Amino acid sequence: MIVYAAAFYVFAAMAIASGAMVIASRNPVHSVLFLILAFFNAAGLFVLMGAEFLAMILVIVYVGAVAVLFLFVVMMLDINFAELRQGFLQYLPIGGLVGLILLVELLFVAGTWVFAPEAGQIVSDRPSGSGGTTNAHAIGLVLYTKYAYPFQLAGLVLLVAMIGAIVLTFRSRDGVRRQRVADQLARGPESAVELRKVKSGEGV
Amino acid sequence: MLQIGLSHFLTVAAVLFALGIFGIFLNRKNVIVILMSVELMLLAVNINFVAFSTFLDDLTGQIFAMFVLGIAAAEAAIGLAIIVVYFRNRGSIAVEDVNVMKG
Repeated sequence: MIVYAAAFYVFAAMAIASGAMVIASRNPVHSVLFLILAFFNAAGLFVLMGAEFLAMILVIVYVGAVAVLFLFVVMMLDINFAELRQGFLQYLPIGGLVGLILLVELLFVAGTWVFAPEAGQIVSDRPSGSGGTTNAHAIGLVLYTKYAYPFQLAGLVLLVAMIGAIVLTFRSRDGVRRQRVADQLARGPESAVELRKVKSGEGV
Repeated sequence: MLQIGLSHFLTVAAVLFALGIFGIFLNRKNVIVILMSVELMLLAVNINFVAFSTFLDDLTGQIFAMFVLGIAAAEAAIGLAIIVVYFRNRGSIAVEDVNVMKG
């Protein structure tokens, strides 16, 4: 129990601290790296809660794809970040006020919240009903049967996002010389080679 | 204190969510950090989903956390593509100039 509590406090403190550094650090590259750290610690919290599969998915999808995409874009765009930080403190009071009010409200909710007494009966999918099944096995049993159509729909959303990103960023530039294989193959000796008779001893 | 319950996880998620809101206000000019703040808020929502899933002993929360993960990935891809196109056209990513995109 003590190990569990210590692990929880370490992961929670690291996640919150790196989340604070995401919004406070001067360099966006550092922001992305702290975002990666926050995701790692959230994955640790997921493991503590017994959702191992989701923790690994979080590491793979977020750290492996989304955060690297962020890093790529931050480094690709040549932006004067010091200029973007002008007026940084101007919004600090109103932002701090809104954030603080929201935080206090959420903490009130989290502190006094209780389950309804009949909540245990209306549970739809037990994660480990028979015992011995892993978390990934239990998720697979539910995801591919009961939630098959939402799962397909999520895949469709990702496909649309991929096509949208390609359409948005694709740019066909003119003035670029590309290899055209069909034209090369259609070329014959009569259009490519010209024979000239040169008189001997005079040069061209 | 040593007994970690549901409210502990909900508190962490609430703090992360408030940090995301605060980050949007704090970095009003930098779209990339605003997108990162949105990712932070989605992470807080995921922690809530998984916490309820664990303490109610119901798998549905984890399934929906997975859907949130997928939608967040799609949102990041589209948002970053828009940022790249915007930067290509204007040479800056300042949020205040975005209203020139109105036709």
